[in-house]
Amino acid sequence: MIDQNTDYNVAPNGFYGHFGGSYIPEMLYPNVEELRQNYMEILSDKSFQDSFYKLLKDYVGRPTPLYLAERLSERIGAKIYLKREDLSHTGAHKINNTIGQILLARRLGKTRIIAETGAGQHGVATATVCALMGMECTVYMGSLDISRQRPNVERMKILGAEVRAAESGNKTLKDATNEAMRHWINNPVDTHYIIGSVVGPHPYPDMVARFQSVISEEMKWQLMESEDRDYPDTIVACLGGGSNAAGAFYHYFDDARVKLITVEASGKGVDSGYSAATTALGKPGILHGSKTLLMQTDDGQVVEPYSISAGLDYPGIGPLHAHLHESGRASFHNVTDNEAMQACITLSRLEGIIPAIESAHALAILEKLEFSKEEVVVVNLSGRGDKDLETIINWGGY
Amino acid sequence: MNKLLNAFEDRSEKLLSIYFSAGYPELDDTGKIMMALQAGGADMIEVGIPFSDPVADGPTIQNSNKIALDNGITLKKILAQVAEVQKKIRIPVILMGYLNPIYQYGMEKFCLYCQKAGVSGLIIPDLPVQEYKNEYESLFQKHHLANIFLITPQTSEARIREIDRLSNSFIYMVSSASTTGARKGLSTDQIDYFKRVGGMNLKSPLMIGFGISDHQSFTLATKYADGAIIGSAFINVLKNSDNLEENIVAYVRSVKGN
Repeated sequence: MIDQNTDYNVAPNGFYGHFGGSYIPEMLYPNVEELRQNYMEILSDKSFQDSFYKLLKDYVGRPTPLYLAERLSERIGAKIYLKREDLSHTGAHKINNTIGQILLARRLGKTRIIAETGAGQHGVATATVCALMGMECTVYMGSLDISRQRPNVERMKILGAEVRAAESGNKTLKDATNEAMRHWINNPVDTHYIIGSVVGPHPYPDMVARFQSVISEEMKWQLMESEDRDYPDTIVACLGGGSNAAGAFYHYFDDARVKLITVEASGKGVDSGYSAATTALGKPGILHGSKTLLMQTDDGQVVEPYSISAGLDYPGIGPLHAHLHESGRASFHNVTDNEAMQACITLSRLEGIIPAIESAHALAILEKLEFSKEEVVVVNLSGRGDKDLETIINWGGY
Repeated sequence: MNKLLNAFEDRSEKLLSIYFSAGYPELDDTGKIMMALQAGGADMIEVGIPFSDPVADGPTIQNSNKIALDNGITLKKILAQVAEVQKKIRIPVILMGYLNPIYQYGMEKFCLYCQKAGVSGLIIPDLPVQEYKNEYESLFQKHHLANIFLITPQTSEARIREIDRLSNSFIYMVSSASTTGARKGLSTDQIDYFKRVGGMNLKSPLMIGFGISDHQSFTLATKYADGAIIGSAFINVLKNSDNLEENIVAYVRSVKGN
């Protein structure tokens, strides 16, 4: 968690290459500055790490298995391992970050928590840790997402969180993020904002990446056990904001033997006007506190993204990923709604695992890329598909 | 920038600056509103550059931004609208907007066209102080544009002093920890904060904004500052207006108590 990589870690000025920084109005400056000044010291503290890893083990259920998917391997023609983040408590990798941030918020003396959520996974993970720690929790969610992710809304309420509807813009994740930032501006002293991905002003992208880095930390020793070497040839992860990809790549950024592959959601097709494939469609821009690749008009207005997967429905990517893209360290692909849904069914039938639609995007790229038979490929299975049942039923192609 | 400096020459007179979103309520109202503000006796005009994601703004300005964007406003059009009336506008004009539209337009080109349109200063809330210092200070100066910084009740004294050093016009004193929006009255905590900053002997004049809406709040705020800024309350005047010129002139007069 506190290991320093080199070229792909954040620089002291908060940038990853040309991307990142802290583009925030003065009203947020004291909050973000407080975090920036304290986060590394807190993360490096032995008792903080003890609490963090203990909760990951006893409460989240880590380590998550690294499972050799033999039938899928046979179909693809490579050695496919699935990193089973879907088996984490609350059903996705998101909780690694919320555990870390709530422990940090307590160290900073904060008593209230706010969060944004798209599909509701981060909202549920936040509501969960707030229940665990007895902290007041407010989650902002676009009103469109509230209507299409009803079970997660109810889960948050059962856990004692207040869910507030964001009614601006397209009423999805971007708008929920705007509302959460406004809430923080209005409540700067006692409130911590748990951002759910590697986005936002510095130090959020770095902090969230460090909490998620447990994914690749485990991968190392798990591969050593199964493959007698601590690295795979290839890691594949889906990319919305990019927290699961950041965690899965983290300990391999500087290991040139490892190919890093991200998969974005192209929705109904990259050029259909209904897409969230940021690296294919975006240009450098500034949103939610950082400079990154951003889907926008020529006039600099942010374009509303689209994907069947609410968790990938974001017009930007984390600045770390913009840097991985610009530097060529990772390769960026995209798959359509339909390809992702097919991959969801394929995994369900071959392995008895119903993946989240987000994670199904990572799986779908396996069908489109060439692998060698002995190639060790880890797919980060970031979440489970329970939350997506209604979407899968409505799609109907099974 | 000179116009802006001249505005503060007589520091006994309290200045009123008024913000509105360009392209609102109708696309081509920008120039008309500027003229009416001047006619009513406003001392400064802040022309807002609408953005799809205005995180520091409350519902009123979010809404006017959205309508202006739906009307088809762009930064290029705003610069043309401001340039068109510049010969008739004697009071300082400031452009206020989030960084991304400006960044896409190109900062150099933007500064050049601001100068050509007679703009005196810029307020870009999400442009970090450090980045301004490293990248843009000389560019702004070359085009005689003052960069106007915000401070809040949470801004430390050391940071206020740094901002004061970097300022070449006024400092925008945000009245409370909040997004923009008209609200009722000013609390004793706010008054204490105004007094505290007022007592720091800064070289820069202070203008108080956020939560100022009428003659009463204008008068109270300007006891502790060189002037005050009204945004959301004025947007509501525009929203409910049946005659822009008349309503704007009447509103500005009522705030200043003339």
